[in-house]
Amino acid sequence: MLGRFAAAKRVLEIRELLTRRHTSSPLRSFSTALNYHLDSPDNNPDLPWEFTSTNKHKVKEILSHYPSNYKQSAVIPLLDLAQQQHGGWLPVSAMNAVAKVIEVAPIRVYEVATFYSMFNRTKVGKYHLLVCGTTPCMIRGSREIEDALLKHLGVKRNEVTKDGLFSVGEMECMGCCVNAPMITVADYSNGSEGYTYNYYEDVTPKRVVEIVELLRRGEKLPPGTQNPKRTKCGPEGGNTTLLSDPKPPPCRDLDAC
Amino acid sequence: MGLGMLASRVIRPTASKLSRSSSLHFIRPIVSTPETSSAQSQPQPDPTPDPPPPSPRPPVAGARVHFPKPEDAIEVFVDGYSVKVPKGMTVLQACEIAGVDIPRFCYHSRLSIAGNCRMCLVEVEKTPKPVASCAMPALPGMKIKTDTPLAKKAREGVMEFLLMNHPLDCPICDQGGECDLQDQSMAFGSDRGRFTEVKRAVVDKNLGPLVKTVMTRCIQCTRCVRFATEVAGVQDLGMLGRGSGEEIGTYVEKLMTSELSGNVIDICPVGALTSKPFAFKARNWELKGTESIDVTDAVGSNIRIDSRGPEVLRILPRLNEDINEEWISDKTRFCYDGLKRQRLNDPMIRGADGRFKTVSWRDALAVVAEVALQVKPEEIVGIAGQLSDAESMMALKDFLNRMGSNNVWCEGNGPNPDADLRSGYIMNSGIAGLEKADVFLLVGTQPRVEAAMVNARIRKTVRANQAKVGYIGPATDLNYDHQHLGTGPKTLIELAEGRHPFCSALANAKNPAIIVGAGLFEREDKDAIFSVVETIAKNAKVVRPDWNGFNVLLLKAAQAAALDLGLVPESANSIESAKFVYLMGADDVNMEKVPSDAFVVYQGHHGDQSVYRANIILPAAAFSEKEGIYENTEGCSQQTLPAVPTVGDARDDWKIIRALSEVAGVSLPYDSLGAIRARIRTVAPNLLNMDERELATFSASLKPDCSHKMSLTDFRPAIDNFYMTDSITRASKIMAQCSATLLKK
Repeated sequence: MLGRFAAAKRVLEIRELLTRRHTSSPLRSFSTALNYHLDSPDNNPDLPWEFTSTNKHKVKEILSHYPSNYKQSAVIPLLDLAQQQHGGWLPVSAMNAVAKVIEVAPIRVYEVATFYSMFNRTKVGKYHLLVCGTTPCMIRGSREIEDALLKHLGVKRNEVTKDGLFSVGEMECMGCCVNAPMITVADYSNGSEGYTYNYYEDVTPKRVVEIVELLRRGEKLPPGTQNPKRTKCGPEGGNTTLLSDPKPPPCRDLDAC
Repeated sequence: MGLGMLASRVIRPTASKLSRSSSLHFIRPIVSTPETSSAQSQPQPDPTPDPPPPSPRPPVAGARVHFPKPEDAIEVFVDGYSVKVPKGMTVLQACEIAGVDIPRFCYHSRLSIAGNCRMCLVEVEKTPKPVASCAMPALPGMKIKTDTPLAKKAREGVMEFLLMNHPLDCPICDQGGECDLQDQSMAFGSDRGRFTEVKRAVVDKNLGPLVKTVMTRCIQCTRCVRFATEVAGVQDLGMLGRGSGEEIGTYVEKLMTSELSGNVIDICPVGALTSKPFAFKARNWELKGTESIDVTDAVGSNIRIDSRGPEVLRILPRLNEDINEEWISDKTRFCYDGLKRQRLNDPMIRGADGRFKTVSWRDALAVVAEVALQVKPEEIVGIAGQLSDAESMMALKDFLNRMGSNNVWCEGNGPNPDADLRSGYIMNSGIAGLEKADVFLLVGTQPRVEAAMVNARIRKTVRANQAKVGYIGPATDLNYDHQHLGTGPKTLIELAEGRHPFCSALANAKNPAIIVGAGLFEREDKDAIFSVVETIAKNAKVVRPDWNGFNVLLLKAAQAAALDLGLVPESANSIESAKFVYLMGADDVNMEKVPSDAFVVYQGHHGDQSVYRANIILPAAAFSEKEGIYENTEGCSQQTLPAVPTVGDARDDWKIIRALSEVAGVSLPYDSLGAIRARIRTVAPNLLNMDERELATFSASLKPDCSHKMSLTDFRPAIDNFYMTDSITRASKIMAQCSATLLKK
């Protein structure tokens, strides 16, 4: 009898968990697209796609890094190049073009492109803002930063603003945990030549909105920490410890023996 | 998989424990096995000087160990028993030889090793962690433990993770009862999970009319991806996404256009890929399995016909290393619904109004005998169909001979077949023997559509040994790298005269193999073509005492046996002057050649092309309903067994002819299957050596020189539509769907 009661209680708990989950936070998605392709007017295999003539030289240069019988090793750099050329995202026809260059079946390229969340398979803005969502940044308020960005731009995650300038996505740890929270701005406004991928660290919900406005005006701002009291990853207001020169390591006095 | 036994062994103690404890507590707490740590701390028994005994258990599934080099044998210990395995074998294979069945999902002996399901974890002494046995090579002296608490706990953990996202829909899943996950979860699964999150759901993919997908059930073993890439040669499937969002798919909307796609149903360890035509038709334990032979092509794939009552419900492959390994083509697997459609079930006579009227067997045979006795003997013609068994062809030939005619042949063998030298019409190197070849020359044959299993062998050889393939014939898509040398006899002459660049490849080859298509049998200049091919073979030393690479790839199941039995017409044009035509299931005969006043008897099981011209119909049994000998293209005779009863009033082919001979007053001297086989023994004894490949005794070099002129018309494809080649497949709805959706327009 007691056991049955306990079981019923557990079922209730589980049900509560499930319902709460559904209402408060939807499942997180990292990638910009589904794991399968749906034809649309701007993204279907029939659209022609080719590397530009300058990028064709780059393709040759990239391929020269690998032995000729291991061309497929170049898939990631080539996809990256294609993404820069195509304004930050990879249509199916671009992936097919890469598959042709490295002489593999298209599905092998799709596998790679879907695996890595930094390959966008749907349209992104000219400035693709990526908010780090990993634990240190999350503890330091990355959710608020994302909310501020989304609210300011009036879009959902992985959605492009009406003017085509901005989109917001989430990414995994970029190793700037000491300057958490951070965002990355992938700048596709100048094609693959002027492509930049900059980190903005120590951001606040207020600061990210300022950054967005600066970018909208086309102004450049120095990447790195946005906290004026910090230099790079040093502590705020200068060092508080390790002020003297480091002590030499305690070696054995070899001469003494 | 043999895991059923394993499962029951494991279940028994657990079940008794559960029943005892369930009266006290409703929830059995899930505890990690506490013995794990204690077992390791137990003192090991002192190593004894005498060697451990050899494994007392027989290898799993009777596997035999083959040592390519005896000095490469290494000794490993599985659960304390010593076992000798060749170097390079994996731990899992060593365990199998020791008679221990390791649970697995992603590992498949015919595919590359992925090692991603982690189900095959075992404990190896002196390793810090459990080892994935499918990917770990066995090393000398390795002490493998498969039933320790650590191994058991590892498997239980993996199973719990696999079941986390697996839906609980076994009652509506077609794999139920033959599901690896189901079987193994009986052995290693818990009765409840600890996962309280939402289960993952995956969009189903459309892979065509044959394979049904329920991708939510997928456990990402990637067997289907590896099968499609490695065996089928269509790189369409892949693993998309990552982490919990990982799924199998084609990314872009794409059907699986392989002629071997049905095999992914068999290799899928769960119910993610199941048979679409078989969906919700039956449970596997309701079915009666009959071990039989496929007749849709000349390969003679070994199949199991699963039936329930009078209905064939599905066809599965049987293992035969020499012929089809463990795959079958889609035509073999899915043609069975043709066995239920367009069937002839009563003897029928065409009346004066042109409509068929059902009559009794007595009347039908009396009419046939009467007409046959009225015409002159040389005006009698008999044609055996492509699905005929050896017994009925023997009876047909004997019957016509007794009537005074010798105009009997089998369709597909052409107007003037050459049955003198057996090496001139069989695959002399054998299907399995093709794996030894390093250069292939395909002459007028497209094995991909003519014999999909032979094509799979060639592909396997090309992948394994980088064998070169030269192809002469109309441009086509063979699913391996090949050089298209030319389209017709012109290239053949260049090759024979040594002017073609491919000649050097042939000359330098260790084991060159030439495969000639049986589609060339229909050509007028076939003798000239064969003599040119023989010149090429002689130049390239294709036929040697230790290697015979001269092969003919036949198209139809009956062809080889018909030639062995000497079904050769007296004159090539006898059909044009025929007054009495006896068609034994022959549907690909050009009926326009038959004179309009000829009396046409159609004996067969399907109302197909020839029925439109027939004057009388005698219903016969299909291959699934009779016992009959078929010889495949490599000269191996095998027999079908009846899986289901015949429909209506149909009879076995040879019985009909035997009865007819009696009515016609020329009784054949046999009235049982044993007696007719005794008759076959006097003509072609090799047909009775079941499941044994009978080599050709004399080589083609004995043949007299050919003086015919070769015409320069290009070779034509022998088969236009892979899915529809005979009366059964033409009646099949599934095959019609396949040809509508999968064939390239």
